[in-house]
Amino acid sequence: MSAFRHTLMGRLLADPLAVFAMAIIALLVVSALLADVIAPHDPSAMNLADRFASPSATYWMGTDNLGRDTFSRLLQGGRIALYVALTAVSIAGLIGLILGMLAGFGPRWLDNALLFFFDTLRAYPTIILALALAALMPRGLGTVIIVVVITSFAEYGRVVRTQTLSLKNAEFILAERAMGASFARIVFHHILPNVLGPFFILAAMNLPVVITIEAGMSFLGIGVPPGTPSWGATLKDGFDYIRTTPWILLSGGLPLILATLGFTFLGEALRDQLDPRLRKTR
Amino acid sequence: MLRYTFQRIVLALAIVFFAISALYTVMITLPGDPTTVLLGPRATAEIRADFRERMGLDNPIHVQIAHFWGRILSGDMGTDFNRNRPVADSVFSALPHTVALVFGAIFWSASLGILLGAFSADNRGSWLDRISGVLSVAFIAAPSFVVALYSLLVFSVWLRWFPTIGAGEPGDIMSRLYHLALPSFAIGLAWVGYVARIVRASMLEALGENYIRTARAFGLPRRTVIYNYALRVAILPAVQVLGVGIGGMLSSAVFAEIVFSRPGLGSLIYDSVSGRNYPVVMGAMLVAIGFFVTCALIADLINAALDPRHRSQR
Repeated sequence: MSAFRHTLMGRLLADPLAVFAMAIIALLVVSALLADVIAPHDPSAMNLADRFASPSATYWMGTDNLGRDTFSRLLQGGRIALYVALTAVSIAGLIGLILGMLAGFGPRWLDNALLFFFDTLRAYPTIILALALAALMPRGLGTVIIVVVITSFAEYGRVVRTQTLSLKNAEFILAERAMGASFARIVFHHILPNVLGPFFILAAMNLPVVITIEAGMSFLGIGVPPGTPSWGATLKDGFDYIRTTPWILLSGGLPLILATLGFTFLGEALRDQLDPRLRKTR
Repeated sequence: MLRYTFQRIVLALAIVFFAISALYTVMITLPGDPTTVLLGPRATAEIRADFRERMGLDNPIHVQIAHFWGRILSGDMGTDFNRNRPVADSVFSALPHTVALVFGAIFWSASLGILLGAFSADNRGSWLDRISGVLSVAFIAAPSFVVALYSLLVFSVWLRWFPTIGAGEPGDIMSRLYHLALPSFAIGLAWVGYVARIVRASMLEALGENYIRTARAFGLPRRTVIYNYALRVAILPAVQVLGVGIGGMLSSAVFAEIVFSRPGLGSLIYDSVSGRNYPVVMGAMLVAIGFFVTCALIADLINAALDPRHRSQR
């Protein structure tokens, strides 16, 4: 038991905010996985007799303009949000990891070129770029993921590069090289494990951002295809009927706020536990 | 400093050049007739043929990009076919609204964030400090467009304290500010959190410095030392964060402009995308990126001017 207190999980469990965050995330993941089982109604079944219903025993969070059950739709929306967030963060992270290590290890000119590339990508305001690309690409989750990857992998690249550079000339790497370790051994046994800490913290902090981008793009009508129960699409319905039926808007924003709060608090707690030095930089 | 300023300006120009060129390349190389993309669906066959010849669409890509920049630099951003006027007119009549919105957001985040951060540092370790820490993270996490939607619902629809649509009467400053208050707050709230954390951290650092101890030893009142001497130094890092943050604020501005039905770059791009009005999309992107890079550059130079250590970093 005393040993457990010193593990990462043990330390996270001692932080009430981290516990709160993990509870929210667990709830979110379970409800997304079991969405079909939990949902009291078919999320896309229209019931025109019950349009704009207030929350009741039948419709826990009311119904929307087409008489679809908001609660069931939000459960499905959780699935979309998690799917986009995990896919986009993995792809962006992987690209950033490779480019960042290339920049850290490569010759000076390559480092400078990649840094310039990262800076250029950072100049695109995410949602504005999303709108510009949406004009050219078909509407769908693929477009959302591409936009997120384009606007976020540079951030991973920068972090990995900085970390690689500071490790490259560390004494233990020098010692390893002196003993004749191969390049592959240095990269995979020494650099990579040390880069992964800050990398995963950044990934955790990016999940809520990606969830927000997906919801935002769907709100603007450039995300999920029409009729798909994304959180952003529900918020758009709520916005259209804000004067008459505030229920749709109120319940539509709830899971989005909970999800972003949960992931952000967890990211914060992870950062405090894994790398106290990072605290000051943000 | 002069050398550094020069380097930074060149870098910023290069970034704008490559960012826009890349986007332009994507637009002209994507499958489909580029004349549709660049002229909009309303262009007639004659306009298309003339355009194709004038722009040299059969030339290699780098020549086309050179021509594109040649036109931009001579002030020709193309024609807004939906409104029948130059793109530059549409974009530059929308820009001031977005700039006002972004600076309104900076006003909110700087004033509230500095207050919250200084207050936390002053009460370090107390439960008030903890609460404001949690609040800061919650502000950062809350999606700005949900904040915009909820504040529209609560303060405009239910309480009727603020107007729901538009940017106010032209020429009437009070009406403009009244319409600006709520949307800029919705954008600024997240940055209240960032600013508060940074001000708190750098203020705690400043409070440990020798000159603060000297001021205290001199018998200056605690309040003066904290809110006058330490705070002055602690604001600096917040300037840089807000400068870089303008990119994020421009994204949030799209939502704020749509939710509050305000004119601006964001709603202009949004309308142009749904109307397939590509020249306007391109022009508005150019101006948005230019504005963001300029603001980040200015924040960077202010920092470098005030803190020489900053100049050696990248």
